[in-house]
Amino acid sequence: MEFLNASVIPYFNYWIYVVLMMIGLHAMITKNNLIKKLIGMSIFQTAIILFYVSIGVKTGSTIPILEHHHDEGHAETAHAVAESGDHHAEETDHEKSDHGNNEHAIEADHGIDPDHFANPLPHVLMLTAIVVGVSTLGVALAISQSIYKDFGSLEENEILAKIKQGGPGVDV
Amino acid sequence: MSEQLPAIILLAPLFGALLTGLAGNRDHRRCFPILISALAVSFGCAIALLVQVSQSGPIDYFVGGWNTERVPLGVGIQLRIDALNALLLVVITTVALLTAVYSFRRAGEENTEKTPQFYMLFQMLCVGLLGITVTADAFNLFVLVEVSSLTSYALVAMGSKSRGTVAAFNYLIMGTVGASFYLLGVGYLYMQTGTLNMAAIHEILADPAFGKSSTVFVAFILILVGVWIKMAFFPLYGWLPNAYSYCPSTTSCLLAPLMTKVSVYVMIRVMLSIFGADWVFQSLGWSHTVVWLAVIAILAGSVLALAQVELKKMLCYLIVAEVGYMVGGAWLANHWGMVGAIYHILADAFMTLCLFIAANIFIKHCRADRIDQLEGLFKRMPLTSTGFVVGALAMIGVPPTAGFFSKWYLLRGGIESGQWGYVIALLVSSLVNAVLFFRIIEIAYFGKNPAESHDHAHDEDSHQGQAGEATLLGGEGRPATVIPLLITAAIVILLGVFNAPVVEIIQQALEGMPVVGAAAAAR
Repeated sequence: MEFLNASVIPYFNYWIYVVLMMIGLHAMITKNNLIKKLIGMSIFQTAIILFYVSIGVKTGSTIPILEHHHDEGHAETAHAVAESGDHHAEETDHEKSDHGNNEHAIEADHGIDPDHFANPLPHVLMLTAIVVGVSTLGVALAISQSIYKDFGSLEENEILAKIKQGGPGVDV
Repeated sequence: MSEQLPAIILLAPLFGALLTGLAGNRDHRRCFPILISALAVSFGCAIALLVQVSQSGPIDYFVGGWNTERVPLGVGIQLRIDALNALLLVVITTVALLTAVYSFRRAGEENTEKTPQFYMLFQMLCVGLLGITVTADAFNLFVLVEVSSLTSYALVAMGSKSRGTVAAFNYLIMGTVGASFYLLGVGYLYMQTGTLNMAAIHEILADPAFGKSSTVFVAFILILVGVWIKMAFFPLYGWLPNAYSYCPSTTSCLLAPLMTKVSVYVMIRVMLSIFGADWVFQSLGWSHTVVWLAVIAILAGSVLALAQVELKKMLCYLIVAEVGYMVGGAWLANHWGMVGAIYHILADAFMTLCLFIAANIFIKHCRADRIDQLEGLFKRMPLTSTGFVVGALAMIGVPPTAGFFSKWYLLRGGIESGQWGYVIALLVSSLVNAVLFFRIIEIAYFGKNPAESHDHAHDEDSHQGQAGEATLLGGEGRPATVIPLLITAAIVILLGVFNAPVVEIIQQALEGMPVVGAAAAAR
């Protein structure tokens, strides 16, 4: 129970990501059907997205959009990104951070408190990772379609049996 | 202009790929000149960068012109070129250019309707590999690893044999697991340090407080396992032999020398530039374990290679053994081991290219993919066989070739750190290579020549006149395939003869990221 209170409940999203990832890995390794393998792959990749999104969360924070500063929009968003990244490092690791100075200087400049904003960087990274995941899935589906055309099956054991017999198109 | 070189080296093949898609579909003959010119631009940039770096030190390039004075390091993407990746850039562009020459007409025959698509993927793969090499951002590295992996899945699947698609599928599953582990590791690093820039991460991790941090430990393990899957380190090599032996011949010439080597580079970069030698070798203290894993990889790769009857499969298992050399060398935790590992990346890229081009010519022109079918090849194609022999001698480690010197440095590193298991494994593996290749050379040189009756078999000029498909038996391959082979063979020898300047550049690179860190030196 102590373990549950101390390690599981406060970090339940991380536990879920581990469980999801293992489900995906299990499907990729043990499933016989190629499409089921790909579903496993997608679950695996989605688990990582969940992990990254969890990193960016802060209690009591809001979406990282600056409302009142119109003059230097780009540079400021960038600052917010960098700061909240640094800030989070402080949170996860209580011992060390020498980035405080930088942070306060910027805060004084623009009146932004990074505590009020969720860290947007992991979210942005995950947009890229989602694109990568979709394209991997696309290539994988195209390849499995081509396998189906050649072997007339998507079951791994049947394909391997056909390869052993020197089945269709398997010239050596 | 010259300060934009790090970007141009990536943009040339990228725009080349787009242009191939636009212009090549109407007329397939337009693809090849675009490919060659794009790669030639990259090659020129790589040479210029190498000269620039060796004269005036590392180059930092901020994509999009982020000003480091206004924003902290790590905002925006940084490209960083030091002596190590400048060397690798030259290797990648050279191999790509030679393979491109080899692919002339060949790619068209292998992918009749999809030549433009093939060349697009070819150039995108180059973008990915060059990008992995130049980037200084841990997440950007992941994206570029996926760019190169996705294109290589598609390239492998383009093989006409249906086994190619099955191999590509397995490769895709394994490759995705590898890349995902890497991504997860980067996530943990980001959690701990709050940045993705390699130099910035390194600066934060240099603090001894992180020496025992379990988050950093988990991050390192995940990244390492991910990269090991990508480079086919022994227990994780399952995808490699089928993927590289059933893909189109041009693809195998491009992938086999580059993919695993670039992954080894990533491992070295992660060890030295992100985590730092102090952390990896002192705090983690795994170097004995990993060197023993490498010993197993070397021996297993060599034994599996002995068991093969197909020439290309045998070469694939040798790659597995070679990856063991490099991982072992990098983890010896001393200067010469690391120099040997880096030098071996360069040497092995050209050795593998040499052997793969030769093997592909044999397979194409003699319809021989089994070792015992290679009888009498020396008489039929003396030039190709010479190229093959040079590659084979380099693999064995015979003195004037590059293979000898890389093994020399690796052995020196092994002896200095007292890893006798590794030293013995290297020697055994050289012996196995000698057995393997001398068996092939014996069959090819002394075996009966089934085409002996062909009168024009020796005629040097005959292949030029009848370069068409009619002369499958007898005579050399086409000049477009033989010339890159001979150039590669020459590079293998020249890289060996002029190893001193190359090693000097490697040592210059290691000055910036010492293998024996400050903490170890103080002991």
